[in-house]
Amino acid sequence: MSLLLETRAATRRFGKLLAVDGVDLQVGPGEVVGLLGANGAGKTTLIRMALGLVPPTSGSVLLFEEPPSRSTRFRLGYLPQGLGLYEDMTVTENLDFAARAFGRRVDSTQQDPELTAVSRTLVRDLPLGLRRRVAFAAALGHDPELLVLDEPTSGVEPLARARLWETIRESAERGVGVLATTHHMSEASECDRLVVLVGGRVMASGTERAIVGDLKAVRVSAAAWDAAFTALDQAGLPVALVGRTLRVPGIEAERVDAALRHAGVDARLEVVPATFEEAFVGIARRGSPIAA
Amino acid sequence: MTSLGRSPEDRSTGWGVDRVTVRYGERLALDRVSFGVGAGMVTAVVGADGAGKTTLLRTLVGAVRPSSGRVRRPDKRRLGYVSAGTSTYRDLTVDENMAFAATAYGVRGKTARQRIDELLAQVELTDARRRLAGLLSGGMRQKLALVLAVIHRPELLVLDEPTTGVDPVSRAELWRLIAGLAAEGTAIAMATTYVDEAERAGSVLVLLRGRTLAAGTPEAIVKSVPGELYELGDSGQPLAWRRGATWRVWSPGGAAEEGAKLLDPDLEDALVMAQLAYEAGQPTGAAA
Repeated sequence: MSLLLETRAATRRFGKLLAVDGVDLQVGPGEVVGLLGANGAGKTTLIRMALGLVPPTSGSVLLFEEPPSRSTRFRLGYLPQGLGLYEDMTVTENLDFAARAFGRRVDSTQQDPELTAVSRTLVRDLPLGLRRRVAFAAALGHDPELLVLDEPTSGVEPLARARLWETIRESAERGVGVLATTHHMSEASECDRLVVLVGGRVMASGTERAIVGDLKAVRVSAAAWDAAFTALDQAGLPVALVGRTLRVPGIEAERVDAALRHAGVDARLEVVPATFEEAFVGIARRGSPIAA
Repeated sequence: MTSLGRSPEDRSTGWGVDRVTVRYGERLALDRVSFGVGAGMVTAVVGADGAGKTTLLRTLVGAVRPSSGRVRRPDKRRLGYVSAGTSTYRDLTVDENMAFAATAYGVRGKTARQRIDELLAQVELTDARRRLAGLLSGGMRQKLALVLAVIHRPELLVLDEPTTGVDPVSRAELWRLIAGLAAEGTAIAMATTYVDEAERAGSVLVLLRGRTLAAGTPEAIVKSVPGELYELGDSGQPLAWRRGATWRVWSPGGAAEEGAKLLDPDLEDALVMAQLAYEAGQPTGAAA
């Protein structure tokens, strides 16, 4: 299988700052890879390297098995976080402009019917959900082989989000490779594989399930959830409120129990599998999985 | 319309709005929306960009006058509000921001100094006291905005998208701070676009284009959607949507699909189903 994107020990310095540190990343045809990390973890720099905009200080970046160039750019679709549309142009003008930049013409028969209905509307007059659809259409218009999506579904409702992911998945089923960043932890389950960056390095990678591994959380149910929260918080445990129950990930039930007893709080404890978000926050905070 | 104190009948839900309608010229920004937030409770207002979340919170804090409906909020001195995009002074240091907020809320002297020390320690900004707010990271600035709004220990804290664009680590810290304030008895209303975040709240209001799509505890919203949810290997169904590698299909009548796996819907599924029903002109009654 030929790779669409491959970085080998890709490293990028900006003066003294080591933004990306020895990253190996691969995206193959038909694969959806999620790139996760806290702010400042190096996601944006890595994306810019993948787009061929920022050359590595050391290591290598290959797009379609060759160094990034003008010709590789034509085979790439990019959806920036800010969408990258011209607000004072109509939907058709935006799509036409994007297509011409890649030497194509807009094939109106292929168009999303919802966009056809607003083809003469200025982008700035569109609701945000539709603007996002236009940006998707603009990024996909030249049939790219690799799609790079920066926070592709932020700010849309669940149904619209599911529809956008359907578009992404349909592309993947046609063999397009996808690299997507997200802050949306529930979106991690939309990806085939995840890469977690911490301080510019890959700290975990694999499927959602593999990254969570056998990490557990203690679920605490107490009549006085507020007293239980205060007791666990003051004991320095990573407690989180979920509705009226509490969760303490990566900590043994005995320690949770001891902290509650010490404060004289009655509670029922249950050991449950940790969520992906809990695993991710543990990895990002300590630079290692919290169970380790 | 605004009741400054809590009348006896309001005690169950504390603060909130009742059947509030807001118009901006021709546009109906909110259409008969109600929600309540009690002491020691987090109520999440969920919706896409443009759904009416900010208008609702601005109505609650008194910055927008509704064309009809009732608003229950405490006196300004017992109210804390953080608007979207953070309410900090970027050209002042962290300490100066805190001192300024303390003065504005009439918190003075030793009480103010102790409260500022305690809050900055809680959000781990003690080492950043002399830094300009404008030079903090997004997550740190959100934490600063949040503590600025609670210097005076408000009874009602209103947060407009405190976690949007904030990375998951800072988001966990913000949530811990919010939960701590609720544990102290603060009533908290917060807007979010993240459904998984709303699942952490005690009560949820879901807005769709200015209307209530669903309201209640996350469990109650999930239960209120009729029918069954199945997992499918492919699409081709009008009430199907994709989640991860598989498709989900909603069967409102509850009739079993041959060979399909029955699923327990979560809040995200429930909201997709509620919106599908809404758009077919058959609201699920999740708002009841």
